[in-house]
Amino acid sequence: MKIFVTVKQVPDTTGKVAVNPDGTLNRASMAAITNPDDMNAVEAALTLKEKYGCKVVAISMGPPMAKTMLREVLAMGADEAVLISAREFGGSDTYATSQTIAAAIDHYGLDSEDIIISGRQAIDGDTAQVGPQIAEKLGLPQVSYAGEITMDEPGRLTVRRMLEDGYMTIRVQTPCLITCIKELNNPRYMTVLGTEECWDKPLTVYDYETLKDHPLIDPSTIGLKGSPTNVYKSFTPPQKGAGVMLAGDGREAAAELARIFSEKHVI
Amino acid sequence: MAVNYNSEDIASFRNVWVFCEQREGRMMPTTFELISEGRKLADELGCELAGILLGDDVDGIAAEIGGYGADKVYVYNSPLLGTYTTDAYTKVICDAVEEFRPEVMLFGASNIGRDLAPRCAARLHTGLCADCTHLDIDLQGYLDFLRSGSSLDVDGMNFESRQFDVNTTLKMTRPAFGGHLMATIVCPRFRPAMASVRPGVMARRPFDQAGADGIEVLHPGFSLNRDDIRTEVVEVVKAARKLVDLIGADYIVSVGRGIASDVERGIALAQELAQELGGVVGASRAVTDAGWLSADHQVGQTGKTVHPKVYIALGISGAIQHKAGMQDSECVIAVNKNEGAPIFEGADYGIVGDLFKYVPLLIEEIRKAKAAK
Repeated sequence: MKIFVTVKQVPDTTGKVAVNPDGTLNRASMAAITNPDDMNAVEAALTLKEKYGCKVVAISMGPPMAKTMLREVLAMGADEAVLISAREFGGSDTYATSQTIAAAIDHYGLDSEDIIISGRQAIDGDTAQVGPQIAEKLGLPQVSYAGEITMDEPGRLTVRRMLEDGYMTIRVQTPCLITCIKELNNPRYMTVLGTEECWDKPLTVYDYETLKDHPLIDPSTIGLKGSPTNVYKSFTPPQKGAGVMLAGDGREAAAELARIFSEKHVI
Repeated sequence: MAVNYNSEDIASFRNVWVFCEQREGRMMPTTFELISEGRKLADELGCELAGILLGDDVDGIAAEIGGYGADKVYVYNSPLLGTYTTDAYTKVICDAVEEFRPEVMLFGASNIGRDLAPRCAARLHTGLCADCTHLDIDLQGYLDFLRSGSSLDVDGMNFESRQFDVNTTLKMTRPAFGGHLMATIVCPRFRPAMASVRPGVMARRPFDQAGADGIEVLHPGFSLNRDDIRTEVVEVVKAARKLVDLIGADYIVSVGRGIASDVERGIALAQELAQELGGVVGASRAVTDAGWLSADHQVGQTGKTVHPKVYIALGISGAIQHKAGMQDSECVIAVNKNEGAPIFEGADYGIVGDLFKYVPLLIEEIRKAKAAK
């Protein structure tokens, strides 16, 4: 049994974000972090590893700098890491990304008791599409929005799949893919020992050469050219000006607002 | 995949489809928003609008979408479709798409829609744009949208493309990078162009009984076996507590980090003010992350998008992620200690000051004003 965890290095959109004059994002101005939901995925994998003694393989697609993030995931306790990185894979939308990650997982070797765990969505695109699309490309069952994962026995999981107004309890056989939400767990920190050991753990780069003969990899299904969707335009929302500032925070300002509510038939 | 099915043969696809999500035999309200929006797209394309409804014995809820503009509804009934499973729904929908070939397909971006739509797009080899907040077919309508909804110099830009017909291709707009940026996505080479649409964003048309009476209900044949479904739904549990309905609310009083000095009192004040207005309580992500209020209260990019008549932000700084969820409110009132807080940009009325002092006074004054009426 192995667990693959998909992780993505993303710009920290919760901090200060600079936009270039042409409406594109100034990525250089932003800190690169591990996508928050993916940290929950790593934690879920490590929790299962502690209980069942399986191997955890972190897998990412991105530029060479994503190795830094993978070292951190190794320092948290993952056993191996794979970075899919090649110019040919650049510019991929969710379809082409999942196609490529699916090929990499298959190339590594997916066995009958294996599990793939992904974060629900990444904070740069917020699509939540890559997990389910990897599952489809590998022909696996999926359970998304996992709020609780229990292994009943090797090869069978019970997952609490969250809905807006409750949850479903779902049983699924391995191999399968699960996407998890932040409420699933609290990701651990790296340990001092972990940060030392992570340098001895294998971090393999899959480039185009590694994957080019895989049936899923074809110029028409990968990278910018293989992406069904394209960005037509990007822009920033218009900045609204400030409205009326009421004077102070005392009774007068309260009466003023109550009067406005009354005029506008709010009350 | 059916023989002869080719998602690149875009001329062979026609009509707009909406996935009509039902749970426990009741239509999800977002479906009506999607049908209303789908009607606009179908009119611009000059084609039919159809719903596709999957469930167990759901004919009784099929016709209602006609009242919001659907011409047809394809109904697939089976005991295996009563409760949502990824495998069953993906199979039936993909088989139907291959048979009838719609050129545009919309899903609600619910927890179920966002499980189903990517799976279908991957199987059908086509593009999907997630969590859209605006859709256009006609270029002119898109340009008008950009004039009011963007900071672009629309008249000085080129919108033509050599790759596709800009006037008949679906343009799907959505926030990205936590709402810092808006992106318009196209799917020029494959069909159907698929979009999941954020609940609460598209306006619902007035219900028209004649439309509901006149809708054509179809029951195409399909194949689905128990073996097609690899997951087993053991139980479906409703939340014990009634969840707050932010999306349907006319008045929302939201609290942010500014209540930190006295969380209990801050929430109590917000509830009291909301009750006075006949509204509900929302929250910023800081508040739900801290566990002060449950996640269903969260407004923003990763929470809910709301457009109430009045949105009162108490102690919310106004990070762009929060604004992405409330900037289309008709009237925004911000109370914040920090006069430089971004929430004041875009607020209709601002109060610089202490919410713990101001809100009790406001509640008193509202009661007085009501009594005087």
